[in-house]
Amino acid sequence: MATALSPRDRGGASQPLLLADGLRKHFPVGGGLLGRGRKVVRAVDDLSLSVTKSETLGVVGESGCGKSTVARLLIRLIRPDRGTMVLDGDPVDEPHGITVNELRRQVQMVFQDSYASLNPRLTIGETLAFAPKAHGVPANEARERVRDLLAKVGLDPASYADRYPHELSGGQRQRVNIARALALRPRLVILDEAVSALDKSVEAQVLNMLVDLKTELGLTYIFISHDLNVVQYLSDRVLVMYLGKIVELGPVDAIYGSPQHPYTLALLSARPSMDPRKRTREAPIQGDPPNPIDPPSGCRFRTRCPFAEEVCARVEPVLAETGRQAVACHMRVSESGHSRAR
Amino acid sequence: MGNLLEVRDLNVTFVTPDRTVHAVNGVSFDLKRGETLGILGESGSGKSVTLRSILRLHPERRTRWSGSIRLEGDEVLDMGPRALSDLRGGRVAMIFQEPATAFDPVFTIGRQIAETVRRHTGKSEADAWKRAHELLEMVHIPSPAQRLKAYPHEMSGGMRQRAMIALALSCNPSLLLADEPTTALDATVQIQVLLLIRELQREFDLGVIFVTHDIGVAVEVSDRIGVMYAGKIVELAPVEQMVDAPQHPYSRGLLASTVHDGLRGQRLEAIPGAPPDLAEVPTGCSFAPRCKLVRPDCTTAPPRLRATGDSHLVRCVLSGAAV
Repeated sequence: MATALSPRDRGGASQPLLLADGLRKHFPVGGGLLGRGRKVVRAVDDLSLSVTKSETLGVVGESGCGKSTVARLLIRLIRPDRGTMVLDGDPVDEPHGITVNELRRQVQMVFQDSYASLNPRLTIGETLAFAPKAHGVPANEARERVRDLLAKVGLDPASYADRYPHELSGGQRQRVNIARALALRPRLVILDEAVSALDKSVEAQVLNMLVDLKTELGLTYIFISHDLNVVQYLSDRVLVMYLGKIVELGPVDAIYGSPQHPYTLALLSARPSMDPRKRTREAPIQGDPPNPIDPPSGCRFRTRCPFAEEVCARVEPVLAETGRQAVACHMRVSESGHSRAR
Repeated sequence: MGNLLEVRDLNVTFVTPDRTVHAVNGVSFDLKRGETLGILGESGSGKSVTLRSILRLHPERRTRWSGSIRLEGDEVLDMGPRALSDLRGGRVAMIFQEPATAFDPVFTIGRQIAETVRRHTGKSEADAWKRAHELLEMVHIPSPAQRLKAYPHEMSGGMRQRAMIALALSCNPSLLLADEPTTALDATVQIQVLLLIRELQREFDLGVIFVTHDIGVAVEVSDRIGVMYAGKIVELAPVEQMVDAPQHPYSRGLLASTVHDGLRGQRLEAIPGAPPDLAEVPTGCSFAPRCKLVRPDCTTAPPRLRATGDSHLVRCVLSGAAV
């Protein structure tokens, strides 16, 4: 982990870079006249997290678990229904805090689709200079910064600055997207499935580059992915989500070495074995993740959990510390009423 | 026993007024009944084009073919329209990456399966529906009677993929072509579908060609694995040999650059550069520009596929004796 903190650091190494408390986002869907009988997708429900300075926080979960909604909430692409955020001691979007604009100067994001996230009518150079100019950097200095950024992500400025996105390969475009995210010299970069669309040989190049940039620029990452192997490779801590809730959170070796939540265990054992002599014989859990509209009562995983009991339907488990990680499961809380509780 | 499928020196070129793409350049392989061949490759390697050629799914006017594809002795490249439509969905079935687009959204799952059964077997309407019910049970869809009446959008991704497998197997094909069928699925659902394909493959003694970019998935289902690069098979070997001792520098690079347990904190061995443009037929080895073991003779002539051991073929000047 890099120890050099950004000159913009305010609270010192022990103050979390980003704190989110009680974030909630429900999306209304369909519904009748005057909103009667309206249903909501409970994308993110009362989620709290903290991001330590210069760590990589991995976020894993299946489609519909709310991991991308969390990313969009953290950078305020969408407004939370409730909940607060604090960036290095400053409340976000509150009278005595910092504005959303300032938040976005310090927190940037890279998306999965490298083509859709670039303006097809701007050259790579124009794209990279856009945000600095919009934030008041003079034109010649912005040009300087473009050259610098392209060199950082391993693209020759002389031959790439004047090209258009369609003239680049997927891997090159994703490098441009990473350069663009770095253009405002952010402290936190949210990578939402940023390498998922890349071929394996190119993915490895980009992962190596992300590791280098983090050390060089003293960055902090939130790395969101469905690929458990990549998350394990990059992350210091891992957060596991299921249907809008955190089910487990802890250091990467604890999560992968001794997963405590049955869902984490199922996710990990669903990984292909990479050994033809030790093939998977039985799927760890059956069925698909349920629809986040009307999630199950109590524990949201209970409908697929092999250990579900009556208490799981009745009481929603809270995220509680057990050993090195935090887990939301009745089996990990003594006196919860679950027969396997300990 | 003879081979179920024999592909010999297959070349597929797409020609448009603007450009020509040499998508497949001399692919040969055999498949036995009951065998699963995994074809592993990155985007643009020609793996899907090879697979689709077996059903001749490419636009006829813009596609140039050469070589041979023999299914139980019948030449697919010579078939007329009638024989082709009997082939498709009859003797050979295919499942796709995105089941949502492979089904027609305006008909129920049951109607689509029953219609296929009637077209290929001439069964009555009632018998075809009975068969559809059996098929949904076979792919372990819960409450099949209700699911027959469901529209594709009313099912989850995993359920739709099961329904597509049911549709594919509706006419007892001898060959199943799978084009990244689990790529769009979540991890916990992917393993269920892989296990289902393996179960059905054994039960019906199907030949399966499974195209994927995911090494883990290929290892999980395949008996043999073929690695494709720039329209050619660069290595073909039994799965154990491919995992334990890959020979071609590209296969080695691909395995080394795949992130797995125990690599944390280490630098990944990335293959530099990007796959080549397929507009021109290369004069030498297509991988040479990215290969760290490149030698002068790599660029003079394309390397031949040579045997390096028992049923292990490699297309590299550095390995094996010429076949």
